[in-house]
Amino acid sequence: MNAAGRRWIVRLGPLLGLAGVVAFFAVLIGSPERYLSATNLRVILAQTVIVALGAIGMTVIMVSGGIDLSVGSSIALTGVVAAVALRGGSPPAAALALGIAAGGAVGAVNGLAITGLRIVPFIATLGMLGIARGAAKYLANQQTVNVPATWINELAVTVPARRWLLVAPGVWITAILAAAMSLVLTRTVFGRHVFALGSNEAAARACGIATGRLKIWIYAMAGLFFGLAGVLQMSRLRQGDPTVAAGAELDVIAAVVIGGGSLSGGEGSIGGAMIGALIMAVLRNGCQQMGWSSYVEEIIIGAIIVLAVAADRYRISRSAEPA
Amino acid sequence: MALLELSGIEKRFGATAALSGVTLTIQPGEIRALVGENGAGKSTLVAILSGAFAPDAGRMRLAGEPYAPRDAADARRSGVACIHQELCLCPHLSVAENILLGIEPASGGWISRRRALARAAALLSEFGRGEIDPGRRVGSLALPDRQIVEICRALACDARLLLMDEPTSTLQRSNVDRLFRLMRQLRDREIAILYISHFLEEVREIAGTYTILRDGQSVDSGELASVGDGDLIAGMVGRQLQSTLAQGTAPAAPGEPLLEVRDLASPPRLRSVSFELHRGEILGIAGLIGSGRTDLLRALFGLSPATGRLRWRGEDLPAAGLESSRQIRRGLGYLSEDRKAEGLALGLSIADNVTLSRFSTCARRGWIHLREQRKQTEDVLGLLRVRTPGVRSRVLRLSGGNQQKVALGRLLHQDPDLLLLDEPARGIDVGSKNDIYREIGRMAERGKAILMVSSYLPELLSLCHRIAVMSRGRLSPARPASEWTQDSILQAAIGS
Repeated sequence: MNAAGRRWIVRLGPLLGLAGVVAFFAVLIGSPERYLSATNLRVILAQTVIVALGAIGMTVIMVSGGIDLSVGSSIALTGVVAAVALRGGSPPAAALALGIAAGGAVGAVNGLAITGLRIVPFIATLGMLGIARGAAKYLANQQTVNVPATWINELAVTVPARRWLLVAPGVWITAILAAAMSLVLTRTVFGRHVFALGSNEAAARACGIATGRLKIWIYAMAGLFFGLAGVLQMSRLRQGDPTVAAGAELDVIAAVVIGGGSLSGGEGSIGGAMIGALIMAVLRNGCQQMGWSSYVEEIIIGAIIVLAVAADRYRISRSAEPA
Repeated sequence: MALLELSGIEKRFGATAALSGVTLTIQPGEIRALVGENGAGKSTLVAILSGAFAPDAGRMRLAGEPYAPRDAADARRSGVACIHQELCLCPHLSVAENILLGIEPASGGWISRRRALARAAALLSEFGRGEIDPGRRVGSLALPDRQIVEICRALACDARLLLMDEPTSTLQRSNVDRLFRLMRQLRDREIAILYISHFLEEVREIAGTYTILRDGQSVDSGELASVGDGDLIAGMVGRQLQSTLAQGTAPAAPGEPLLEVRDLASPPRLRSVSFELHRGEILGIAGLIGSGRTDLLRALFGLSPATGRLRWRGEDLPAAGLESSRQIRRGLGYLSEDRKAEGLALGLSIADNVTLSRFSTCARRGWIHLREQRKQTEDVLGLLRVRTPGVRSRVLRLSGGNQQKVALGRLLHQDPDLLLLDEPARGIDVGSKNDIYREIGRMAERGKAILMVSSYLPELLSLCHRIAVMSRGRLSPARPASEWTQDSILQAAIGS
């Protein structure tokens, strides 16, 4: 097969996987009309939002050859920040902005640690995983933070209050942001430099790209998405919970990898990552519908992550040219 | 006016002077060859010109202006582009994206894909390579085409001076021809090229002028047409044999054959190697860095995939599928040239390092017998005269010379029949060198066979019984050391 054809398969791979998983459960559950009903699709989409938002940011980071393990802690921290602000009487818009900004700040610190202290991303963000989680618990006084009812609580509901929206506003926000970031990643100078950084950092530097500053931007920008995910997480729970989303980074990384992202950088797409997030949500939902225990779900998702990374390795070995 | 003028350039790294006085000029449209032995300072000079680091002393002028690039990007903006031996491209990006990396045609941050493709296509077709699709991923291109991409990238930012660091070392002849056509096109456009190569034939083919670097100094320069190969080589070698090393120790009576190698190859560098090695013999391998010397040792030790036939102690052994753990059990020992990465476990103690290859001698049922380990280690260290704070101290804390002795000590403790030594005495003080030479000689007297790679010709000439020269992955016939001179070795190494 020629190179172009192979690339199409790679691109379509995640989509075929999604179709396969949906078909699998539709058949298994035995009543496709119920499984594929508007209600259940709404549930799946609403469940996807948080992982999908995280995956937008993580795609940018992983394309640049980095990784961020602090996503789950960032989600908890930013959710608590927004909840504390709401409880203190802030207008919802300000609380939303504060939560997002807190995510950006966490990301910027990650970027600074990676470039300034010359720590590999894995370690820098592993440290942040603990720091952000601790900060969330401190801010929340080790309890959940209850918030007054505002429109923020409507962002991530399964059935939107305004019926004409069809799905929760958070789903629309995610879709629009995904489309926008997809364009940024593929059509802008910034996006090209992100790919160049992940593909060959030495070459990027030799071509005059300020790789240090670029990395700080990448982590800070991804942090904004984690912040928004944190606010939506709070919106779903209707409270700020400092212990929420533990391990979410693994779901997010898995979504990016299932969607064709490479752990060694230079490859990945927002669209693929969104499909990856959907695959995981469909799997979760399907297992719940089947009444399977959560351990079955955990085993299946674990296996999918390993298989997706194995596919990633295989792809790299296939694309390696004989020198 | 000269495009580039260098005078009195100096650069030190710690205690060693990499450059100690380089003077060089180059005119627009000139191709100047920069030649010299391994370690003469060629790569350091290229790194300074391309902005990787600043010189400690000296003057640099580009087109009459003072030239002091802060970094690679700055050098590129000034019109100085470097084409490295290892290509510096982003395999995941397209041809056009690589050519225009850092200077993308864009408005408000949005790339104009149409303009980028057109610009790249124009540059490619200028070189008669319009058939390369600018939208294609660089990772899927063949090596020579990637080189075109890298050259186009240099031209896309209006380079006036190209630095080419051994661009042909990994190329087949037909691609060398193609590269030279390209270089002549560049010359005709008044672009200056500083061309680094070990291969004198190629240098004569493409360059008009030359500068010789030796031990960090520019010792000679002029027109290539008015100088013979012999004078060039004499200029590169320069120094006399060091008196501490006597030439050619008397060859021991050759023992029984231990290893026969037939048509050993390990792509991409090692192409075809055949030789015989007897017990009690030291066979030296000379050659340029990258000629396949290290690949030969690694292939024999099962660290690189290889093809060909071996005969080990009269037993036939296919070269494919060798494994280092089995090679150790068969009686081969390997000393890597990269002491820090491969030769030693720096964080472990001296005793652990020395006994690592053969723990079995000081262990019972998997438990290490500490007293026995200490005794055996001290025996080995005594042979090599290593001064240590104690065998339990970490190798990390030893000097370079003592570290190298510990690395060799591991082989002495392992007691293999064949020692594969890669640069066993590089970068260490004279005293340590002599200790190591003495011990290598003793191993040979005890009936071991030694295959030794070295860039330091006096060492090869005095220590080895026979010497063979590697050139572009092929090994010359081995001849007695007394039949070689530094000049003839270098000639064999750079003759293509």
